[in-house]
Formats: sequence, structure tokens, C-alpha cells
Amino acid sequence: MSKSTNKSLFQKELVTEALKQSFVKLHPKAMVKNPVMFCVEIGTLVMLIVTVSILITKDNSQGSLGYNLFVLIVLFLTILFANFAEAIAEARGKAQAESLRKTREETPAKKVFPVGELRVDEIKVVSSSELVKGDIFICETGDIIPTDGEIIEGLATIDESAITGESAPVIRESGGDKSSVTGGTKVLSDKIKVRVTTEPGESFLDKMIALVEGASRQKTPNEIALTILLAAFTLVFIIVCVTLKPFADYANTPITIAALISLFVCLIPTTIGGLLSAIGIAGMDRALRANVITKSGKAVETAGDIDVLLLDKTGTITIGNRKATHFYPSKGVDEKHFIKCTILSSMSDDTPEGKSIIELAGLNPLSYVIQNPRFIKFTAETRSSGIDFENTRIRKGASDAIRNLSEKAGYIFPIDTEESVRAISSKGGTPLVVSENEKVIGVIELQDIIKTGIRERFERLRKMGIKTVMVTGDNPLTAKFIAEAAGVDDFIAEAKPEDKMNYIKKEQAAGKLVAMMGDGTNDAPALAQADVGVAMNSGTQAAKEAGNMVDLDNDPTKLIEIVEIGKQLLITRGTLTTFSIANDVAKYFAIVPALFIASIPALQGLNIMNLHSPESAILSAVIFNAIIIPILIPLALRGVEYKPIGASALLRRNLLIYGFGGIVLPFIGIKLIDLGIGIFF
Amino acid sequence: MNTELIGVIATFAITVLLAIPLGKYIAKVFNNEKTILDFIAPVERFIFRICGIDTSKEMNWKQHLMALLTINMLWFVYAFVLLYTQGSLFLNPDGNPSMTSDLTFNTAISFLVNCNLQDYSGETGATYLTQLFVFNFLMFVSAATGIAALVVVFNAMRDKVTDKLGNFFVIFTKTITRILLPLSIVIAVLLVFNGTPASFHGKDSIITMQGDTVQVSRGPAAGMIAIKHLGTNGGGWFGANSAHPLENPNYFTNMLEMVVQVLIPIAMIFALGFYIKRKKFSYVIFGVMTIGMLTLLIPTMMAEMNGNPAITAMGIDQHSGATEGKEVRFGAAASGYWSIVTTIISTGSVNSMHDSSMPLSGNMQLLGMMVNSFYGGCGVGILNYYIFIIIAVFISGLMVGRTPEFLGRKIEAREMKIATLIALLHPFIILVGTAISSFTLVHYPNADWAVKPSTWLNNPGYHGFSEMLYQYTSCAANNGSGFEGLGDNNVFWNVTTGFVLILGRYLPIIGPLAIAGILAKKKYIPESAGTLRTDTGTFGLMTYAVIMIIAALAFFPALVLGPIAEYFSLYHH
Repeated sequence: MSKSTNKSLFQKELVTEALKQSFVKLHPKAMVKNPVMFCVEIGTLVMLIVTVSILITKDNSQGSLGYNLFVLIVLFLTILFANFAEAIAEARGKAQAESLRKTREETPAKKVFPVGELRVDEIKVVSSSELVKGDIFICETGDIIPTDGEIIEGLATIDESAITGESAPVIRESGGDKSSVTGGTKVLSDKIKVRVTTEPGESFLDKMIALVEGASRQKTPNEIALTILLAAFTLVFIIVCVTLKPFADYANTPITIAALISLFVCLIPTTIGGLLSAIGIAGMDRALRANVITKSGKAVETAGDIDVLLLDKTGTITIGNRKATHFYPSKGVDEKHFIKCTILSSMSDDTPEGKSIIELAGLNPLSYVIQNPRFIKFTAETRSSGIDFENTRIRKGASDAIRNLSEKAGYIFPIDTEESVRAISSKGGTPLVVSENEKVIGVIELQDIIKTGIRERFERLRKMGIKTVMVTGDNPLTAKFIAEAAGVDDFIAEAKPEDKMNYIKKEQAAGKLVAMMGDGTNDAPALAQADVGVAMNSGTQAAKEAGNMVDLDNDPTKLIEIVEIGKQLLITRGTLTTFSIANDVAKYFAIVPALFIASIPALQGLNIMNLHSPESAILSAVIFNAIIIPILIPLALRGVEYKPIGASALLRRNLLIYGFGGIVLPFIGIKLIDLGIGIFF
Repeated sequence: MNTELIGVIATFAITVLLAIPLGKYIAKVFNNEKTILDFIAPVERFIFRICGIDTSKEMNWKQHLMALLTINMLWFVYAFVLLYTQGSLFLNPDGNPSMTSDLTFNTAISFLVNCNLQDYSGETGATYLTQLFVFNFLMFVSAATGIAALVVVFNAMRDKVTDKLGNFFVIFTKTITRILLPLSIVIAVLLVFNGTPASFHGKDSIITMQGDTVQVSRGPAAGMIAIKHLGTNGGGWFGANSAHPLENPNYFTNMLEMVVQVLIPIAMIFALGFYIKRKKFSYVIFGVMTIGMLTLLIPTMMAEMNGNPAITAMGIDQHSGATEGKEVRFGAAASGYWSIVTTIISTGSVNSMHDSSMPLSGNMQLLGMMVNSFYGGCGVGILNYYIFIIIAVFISGLMVGRTPEFLGRKIEAREMKIATLIALLHPFIILVGTAISSFTLVHYPNADWAVKPSTWLNNPGYHGFSEMLYQYTSCAANNGSGFEGLGDNNVFWNVTTGFVLILGRYLPIIGPLAIAGILAKKKYIPESAGTLRTDTGTFGLMTYAVIMIIAALAFFPALVLGPIAEYFSLYHH
């Protein structure tokens, strides 16, 4: 699936669906969740009764039938517009999620039925929807993987383009950090045995769809607090409008029900009230469009608050992998012999670093004839790898690891190699020290290549007030060089898995919110500990369960986007609230003189917009109040742009646009509408 | 420049110049640092010992509230009993009677809550005993209650992740011994030297220049007049309050009383900065409040100094401004300044009759009390402002893309619930009160009461409406000034305003204290570049906008039917 941010906001089929939903949502049970719009609905019902009674009794003391009918229609439209905003946001989110889900529905699955220890397991083809957690199925070349799972046996190349849009196939194998497969992707070669890890209907995507559809959508704490504020504004205006009746009685001014309800509906914050849930849904939808599945709306919101960002160096800050650039044999060691040793030690080393060593040497490792080779794999504990054959033990690894090994055997670390190590490190390279039978024979220089543009991204994060931390297995010198070159604020060098966890805990103890991205099983505890944990889709099931978001693109820089989506979400809420409340000033100046002008002609002085008549003034205000909702739907769905210019400057900017603009715009809008309406009323 | 204007500007400048060192001193007092008044410490220790107060025992916000409300309740009972029986008690040389039950209820509450709405007149309605031991006493303790509550909030803002916010009784006692009492003594002495009486003799009889014999009330008034301003109380010894020549004999005492009433409210703002070590934060608050005051003050002074167009139309020279209801010795400018100062802070003492102010001035006086947080009353002004800060922080926090936080603590649903409730309360009690009285007046004008509703109002039309609106606004804001002309000493007004007084006093103390207490316990988040700073001009502007929009939006229709309608009728025929 490719990113579809360019698509129009209002696709035809989505609009049709949303229109239908706008009416379905009129049900009071649904409306009551939104106190502001629920009040409008009650007001509309009252107007309906008034209009019908005028129709029956022909009593014009409440104004003409046409005027009352007009008010009724505008109020009804106000509710429909608000419902439409929510419905279109839902429809877009659903459409996005459905297109992901389509790929995985009802695919045949080759389920394994264990039939005892002696006989071969039986394999039957069932529908993917029949698979439950713990079941085992196999997939062979050409099969679509029926559901999410974990490889327990075998290795396969898989085409994940259906999910990630990335056309290059990936390798997934059992045991490691790349053992997870996603439903809907296709096996290109080989055969794997997979254990199902999710119940049907409970995969991340299913959860996301439910979140968007509203069934399991819960208001986030911030949304609740904002709803309280809006409810308070609504209550204030209930008080204002109810007490206005005895005030008007005192002043001998009859107020029509239509005028009172219009005043009320105009004053309560219908703009933000009508758009609030659409903003929240659109936030999750934007995350989904960035190919990130969020497990809750709160996670997106929290992302906007992040103070500290933990990023793995490899793949995020530097391009994939380091490359060998130089050989530095120790004094007294023959260069050819040194190169031979490095090649031998890298023979079975499939890491890109290992391959780059052989590449640099320019020799075929198979040209050396050796007996009974035994390959030593890299482990996090020994931090070295190598080869044993005959009586030779060659190791290559981090300088302190090899130093330990060598010094334990009674050798002294050669001074010139030590200097080389330091020189390499200070240039930001990684020294890979090589030993032969525990004696240090030289060092290989590996260099990192920093991604272009990454510095600017970190600069942007710094302006947002976010501290970036690079996590790397490199020694502190190397780490420092790269950290400075890339412009990160801090780094964790020679990081072991628990270091990440400790760093997160330390920052959290100081009150910071921490985000991190991870893929491996050993990342799972840290992902769970972090306030925002983004697991890569290619990562292990454990990692995906632990985080609160899953990135389908496996793109480590995605966190930056997620932070911006979170901030946009909050800003959109804040600015539209400000706009909505600021609008009231103009509405007051339209309606209040209109209410009293008949009995207190001097109040013409308050009619600063010079509106045509009391009726046209009231209608213009309610019409403006209604149409501003659909006008702002695109803004609510796209989100107000976030600019990393510092909090005070951003506040100034948004206050000017949405606060000051919110005061001025309705004066113009209401006057323009009045010019049209004034012809009829 | 007009000398009247210079007088006003000088008065304000002196206030600020005195308030800065006083603020520093107040911060030192509550920080237990060395001050020049440390010689009082043995007296305080004696008080703590006989009252059994353990000064080392710190309280959480709930315990503070419990302590505050308990002692307030005791004072209410004490005041009620004395006022109800004053006629038969000692120190009553003029033989004044006891108060009726509804007047006692209203008066006891009114002085307890720092409002000092006086539905009686001091010369005939109170005795020297109740003036001194009820009114004067309550003026001290009610002011100290407000300041002590604010100091608890200061503690909550300063200390991180704690629920220990000091000992209420210690803060309260020190407020009186270190701040209110010493300052009052100085002010009372200055007043006495200028002719304010301080004697226990009864009425004096003098022969006026016209040859009439007049009975002049007196009494030990100077001390009460000092604390009535210092503690933003406002209750006068005499019925005419500070328009009375013995309460406010000359321009110097007028300046003194104007300086003194704003002194502590402004000093508390600076004290905040010194105490929590965020001076810039307090300067921003001071700036917003001052701009707020000017917003109300400038139109008022212009209206008063330009005089009444209706009188100009009669061909009468008005170069000295609108003088109806004003004392000639103070003039239009100083009276205009006083009328705004006394309404934005909760003093409510008057040196002119607000009923006679120009419509625009009446509007601004009402707005001052509706906002009730431009400086505001002793302690409570900043507590009211605190609520607006919370709402402003919430909206502007969102606008910069972070879930809102104030001084490092997250503002969440619970705090918003309390803040919006308190913000709602003020319009609720004012508008509902005025609505009930309007309804009664319109629908039951001849109800069979001792005072018929139809006779309540001195003026018909918009001005009559303003009188009712003013009375409830003044009570809700615990201000105590009146748009005289309203017949308010009867059961309806005494009882309804009594309840408005209680609600308008205690909920706005409980709310901020609860929010501050809850926030103090929360995790502390250090500031970053993405954090919204609350000590910037931009945030100040935001707070100002929130205050004006909440006050203006809720009260606009009521104001339109009162002073604004009157204004347009007067100027635009």
C-alpha cells in the first residue's frame, strides 16, 4: 500500500457514506456523548415545536412562520454538519484500515494437525478465519500468509509490499529478531512453519479499525479535559440565556423563543464541539497514513509531549552498516598475514561489516585451504567473533573485548595499535581489533556514513524541545564523534539492552516522557517502559506487543513524524477552541442589539455591523455559526500545521491567526450574509 | 497637565513603590527569614502555646481548608450573637438597638467574608462594642484568611512533589502580627493626625455655619478605617463611608486611603515572585492586572471628568467634571480613580456615590467586580486570577502542541473541572440572583412583605436594573460597595445576598487551594524549549483575553440592559 496523502479529502463514496451516517448519528443516545451538540439538538426540537404550533395556531407573536422555519432549518443543518465532520473522519479512517484488511481476509491456510509423536503431522487447508492463537500452519513458495504469526521453523523470503509498499523482498527466519510475519504478505521462496500469535479479529489492524469506528474509541484524558471546558462554556450560556428572560421582562422587551435559542446556539462553542471528535479520529488516521498503527488515541497524543527520543544509531542516524576502510597491522606483523587473518575470521561472518572486510581485502576467502574450521559467532557477551582451525584461534571484535582476551593470556596490547584504535575512534570510525591466538595483530577501521538531512531533522527536534539520544554499541569515542557529526544531544555508547531500559527509567524519574523505537525481543521491556514505544513491523511479536504503536514501514526516522502528528492533534484542538470562543464577540454584537432594539431604540449604537433588521441579524449569526463547521472540516482533518519555532512564538502566531482572526472574521462573515438575507427579512 | 490627573498618577506610583519592598518583606516573613519585626516572635510563640498549635506540623491542602473553614464558622457564631444582642450590651453610648435577625445574618456574613456590605448605617445601626469587637476584629481575620490561603497556594507552587504545605495557623497568625497589625497602627496614627476621631465619647453637638444645631456621631473610628482599607474590607464606621468628612477628612487622607487599599493586593503579586523565585512571572501578572485596571479606569475618568452631557445641554459649565454625588474636596478624577480601585479590588469603600456615576463609569465599576481579579482582594485576588491562569494555560498549552502544564505540572480533567466550576460560579450567582429579583419585581410588585418589591428601586428603568445587578455583583465579588438607592435592608435582600456572599467567598478559596494542592502532589516535569512559558508577555496577553472574554461574554447581555442602555440613551438619542 502506498502513501495516499495526496488523495482528495472528500472522495465520493466516502461522502455518501458520511452523509448517511450524519443522520444515523442524530440519535440522542449518540448525541449525548457530545454535550455541546446535544444542547443544539434540544434547541432544534424546541424550534420544531414552536414552528409546528405557529403552523397550527397561525399566531404570529413568536415571529412569522417563514422566519421560525428558517431558524429551525439552520439549526438542524448545524447538527448535521457536526455529525458529518465526525462521519467523514471515521469513513476516511475506516477506508484506510479496510484497504489494509482486505488483503488478509479469507485466505486459505495450511493448518498443521499434530497426530502423535510417531506419525507425520497431518496438514489440512482451512480458512484463515478459523485459525486461533497457538495454531500452527505452514507456508510455501507462492502462498499468502493467512494471519500474523511467528516463524518457529525455517526461513523464507517474503514480499511485504502489500503492507509496507516496499517492493524489495525481505528475509524472515525462526529464532532471531526477524521471526515475525504479517498476514496478507506473500512467501516468495522456501517454506516456513508459523505459530499463530493473534486471535481472529484481534490483530493490530483489527484493533485500529475498531478504534476508528468508534466502538472502542475512548476519549483521551486531554479530550475529556477539553470537553469539561466546553461543557462549562455551554453551562455559562445556559445561565446567560435563561436569566435573560426575566431581565427582558423587567425591561418590557418580549424576546421570541427563536431569538433566545439562536443566541444560545451561537454562543455555545459549536464550532469546536462539532469538530472535536473529527480532530481526534483524523489524528489516528494521519498516523495510519504514515503507515503507523496506533493501539490507542492516547498514544498519538502522548507523542506530542515527548521530551526524549531514543534512536538506534544504525539505520536511523547512519546509513545501514559500517564499512571496512583500512587495515592497520601492528608493528612487526606482516600485512599480508594480517589480511589473511581478517579474511579467515570473516569467512562465516554474514554481517555487512564482515562482508565489507572481504570486499576491502579483495581476495576470495576460499583460496585459503584450512582444516576443520569452527566458526565462532558474535554474541553480545563476548562482543567478538572469529574462527578456530587446527591450532589457530583468530578473533576480531571490540577493542576492549579483545584487549581483555589478550591480556588474560599474558600479552601486552601493542602501543601502535592502541594509537590506531584511538585515531580511528576519534575520526568516528569503529576499530575492530584482530587477535591471533590471543595476541593482538592489528586493527581494521570501519566507518559509518551519516544519512544526509538527518542533522536538519535533529535541529528541528531540538526546536520542538525534544532531546535526541543515540544508542550505539560503539565505544564512547566513536559514539561521541558520530553524535557530534549528526547533531544528537546525547548518546549511550557500548549499549547493552538493559542500558536503554535504565536510561529510560532515569529520564522518566526526572519527569520526562520518553519515546523509542525497537524491533528485537530484547527491546520489548524498554518498549513497554517507554511512554511511546514504536515497534517495527519486522520485529518480533514480543516487541510488537510491548510497544503502543507499530510502524509498518520499519522506518526508524518515523518517530519524528509521529511526534509531529501528536503535536498537530493538540494544536488543532487548541486553535479551533480559541477560534470558536473568539467568534462569540461578533455574534453578541449581532444578536444582542437585535433582541432589544425594538424596545430600546438607543441600542442602535451597539449595532456596529449596521445589520439590516433584527430578524436578518439573528439569521445571519446562526447561518454563520452553521456554515463555519463545514468550512473548517478540511482543517480539522488535515490538522493545523506545526512549526518548530519555540512555544512562545508558536502561541503568538496561533493567537494572532485563530484568536484575533476568530474575532474579526465573523464580523465580516455575518455582515456579508446579512447583505443577502436582508433582502428577504 | 491637569493637577487632578497628576494626583491620581502620583497616588498609583506611590502605591507601586511601596508595594515592591512590602512584597519582599512578606516573602521573607513566610520564608522564615530575618525581618525587622522579629521582636514580635515571643508574642507569637505565646499565642501558639496557649492555643496549643504545633508549629512544626505541616498540613496538606485538605487540612488547610478544614482549619480555615472551622475558624471562620466560629467567628460567624460569635459575630451573630453579639450583633443580635448589641442593644443590651455595654459600649453603647448612643443607645442604638440590636439588629433584626435577617440583618444580623447578612451583616455577620458580610464582615466574615471580607465583603462589608452594610445594609445598616454605622451611626445608628451598630454600637461601639460591635464596631470594635465584631467589625474591626472580622476585618483583621477575614483579610488574614485570604492572605493565608494565598500563601498556602504559594507553597504549593514552590515546593515540588509534596503535600506538606505549611501550617495554616502559623501562616494566619503571622499575617496578623507581622503584616496587618503593624501597618494598621501606622495608618491609624496618620488618620488621627488628620482629624479622624478615636474617642469613646457619644455624639457631639455642633452649631453649623447656618446656625443649625447638629448631632455628630463619632467613636474610636481611626483604627477601623485603617484596617478597612489595608484589609480590602471597605466597611465604614459611618454610613457615608469614606465620603464622610470624619472618615476621610482631606486630600492627603484620600490619597493615603487609596494607596493603602491597593497596597497589599499589589504587594502580594511581588511577594509571589520573590517567594517562589519567579520574579518575571509576577511582573507579567502585575502587567496584566495593571492593563486590566487601565482598561476600566481610563474610560471612567474620561467620563467623569467630561461631565454629564445632559447638564451641559442645560448650559451649565462642567469644567470640574461630573460632580453629582462627589465630594468637592476630592474632585472628579480622584473619585473616578477611587471608584475603579475599590471595585477591582474587593474593598468596596466609597468616597463618592456610585449611584451618581456616569453610566460608563457604572459599567466599568460593575465589570471590575465581575472580573474581580485585577489586583483583587487581599489574597483572594490572586486566587481568582489563578483560576484564569489555569484556563489560559490549558487553551494555550494545546495551541503549542503539548498537553497543558503549569509550573511543571500537568493540567488534567480533575483540575479543569474545579477551575471551570469556579469560573462558572461567579456569573451563576450574579445572574441568577439578579434574575430572581427582576422576576419578583415584575411579577409580584405588591407582594405582602414589610418592604414591597415595587418600592425597592429608587430609580426606574435601566438604572434600577443596574442597582439590582450591582448589589449581587458586589456581594458575589465580596466587594461591599453599593449602587445606593436600592432598598436593601429587608428580608429578601438580606437573605439572598447573604447566600451569594457565602458562595462568592468560600468556593473561590476552596477551588484554587484544591487545584494547587493536587498539582503540588503531581510529578514535576522540567521545562524544555517546547514548554509553554507562563512568564512571557504573550501568555500575559492570553490570560488577559481569557479574563475579558469570560467576564465580557457572560455579563454582556446584563450590562446591555443596565449601564450600556443608559449610556446610549444619554449620548445617542
